[in-house]
Amino acid sequence: MKHARIAWSGAIQQAVESDGQLLITQGPHKGRRVGFDEVVWLPPLAPVPQARTVIALGLNYADHAKELAFKAPEEPLAFMKGEASLIGHKAFTKRPAEVKYMHYECELAVVVGRTARRVKKADAYDFIAGYTVANDYAIRDYLENWYRPNLRVKNRDTCTPIGPWLVDAADVPNPMALKLQTTVNGKVTQSGSTADMIFDVPTLIEYFSSFMTLNPGDLILTGTPDGIVDCQPGDVIVTEIEGIGALHNTIVAA
Amino acid sequence: MQTTRTPHQPWQPQGTVYGTLLNFRREWDLWIPRMTQDPHKAAPKEPVLYVKTANTFSPAGQDLLLQDGVSEVDIGATLGLVLGDDGQVAGAVLLNDWSVPHASYYRPPVKFRCRDGFLALPQQVTPGQVQDWATMQIAVRRNGDLVQTVDLRELMRAMPELLADVGEFMTLQPGDVLMVGTDCLADGTRPRAKAGDRVEISAPGFASVVTMVGGAA
Repeated sequence: MKHARIAWSGAIQQAVESDGQLLITQGPHKGRRVGFDEVVWLPPLAPVPQARTVIALGLNYADHAKELAFKAPEEPLAFMKGEASLIGHKAFTKRPAEVKYMHYECELAVVVGRTARRVKKADAYDFIAGYTVANDYAIRDYLENWYRPNLRVKNRDTCTPIGPWLVDAADVPNPMALKLQTTVNGKVTQSGSTADMIFDVPTLIEYFSSFMTLNPGDLILTGTPDGIVDCQPGDVIVTEIEGIGALHNTIVAA
Repeated sequence: MQTTRTPHQPWQPQGTVYGTLLNFRREWDLWIPRMTQDPHKAAPKEPVLYVKTANTFSPAGQDLLLQDGVSEVDIGATLGLVLGDDGQVAGAVLLNDWSVPHASYYRPPVKFRCRDGFLALPQQVTPGQVQDWATMQIAVRRNGDLVQTVDLRELMRAMPELLADVGEFMTLQPGDVLMVGTDCLADGTRPRAKAGDRVEISAPGFASVVTMVGGAA
């Protein structure tokens, strides 16, 4: 099932995808169908009692590491993001006027389903609730070599669209063989496969849970393959992962 | 937002906790000769931040358990600015921002700073504004001995400037906490703790942060 979290009729609604429409599943509008264009799409994540941990990976595809002139890392290169950086499907992302290079990053996002601590790779899939698509924008002009990638590059307001759907893990038989693609104004600029991750999803869950507790609703953004290009105000960026969804975002001038 | 709770219910952050690196003059000055070398190539221009994830939150009264191969930790006495409902600072807390000692500041410090229990919290928030704390001093005691005095007059970016520079690229939300930084000792290291130690962070007008450090069996 593909789950969405939307604003419609003055309230936040839970919905699922049904025959090309959104079917509301809870509350006074339960059973009502609404069109994709009639709603505001929120990140497809249920609220959590404490700050949501948002882990992101850098250089997790060999070709992207090469593209950025780095050798592939020997252990996951991870950084943390604040939940406030997340926005939903069909939202606007701000590009500061003075920057020269702002690029998308199409990433498979893993949503943790159960409290995970010292989980073995072989058991890792049992701890996953589902998957969604994240676009982990970066503004390279702001890179500094201190705790790199620094938060000014990676934790900016509006710079992490996520969605549209949370797809149940049961509906994704092999998350390690999904095509990823990004288009800018309809033209394909990025194309890859989750099969090419350096550290695959079970390895990442084993790694992070070896020193920290992952809680239900926590996110792991698993990195992006090569094919990054600059995005300008007015550009429509669609980051898509096979079987998970196509996440639309529009760049606007800050 | 709740900046204070009943004393029976220890405070926990309602939002995301951010830390600031290299915000004390002494550590900055010690780093200057290395800042222009590889891999850094230049001094940091903007605030260098990190996230303390929710698994690090350790409410007042809980011990710190050293585990997973960690046998010693840096003590990180700091002031955390707590954001109120209007997005402005509504209060502050003393915190112990524990970290695994690490010499390199090149890559993000997830393995060093985001371990379970690595942010020791006080019982409650002290309401106020940043100017109230501009000259405050924080005492760090290990097993009763004073091992460090942190003086907020030594901040590289004073609190109003830090808030403004951070706000340029990320909006702090109600309930978020921005830690102003941790100072080092004269030799560039931080005071450390190991299993069996009792560490107390205190300042006038604030709830102390007291932690017993334990080791894995």
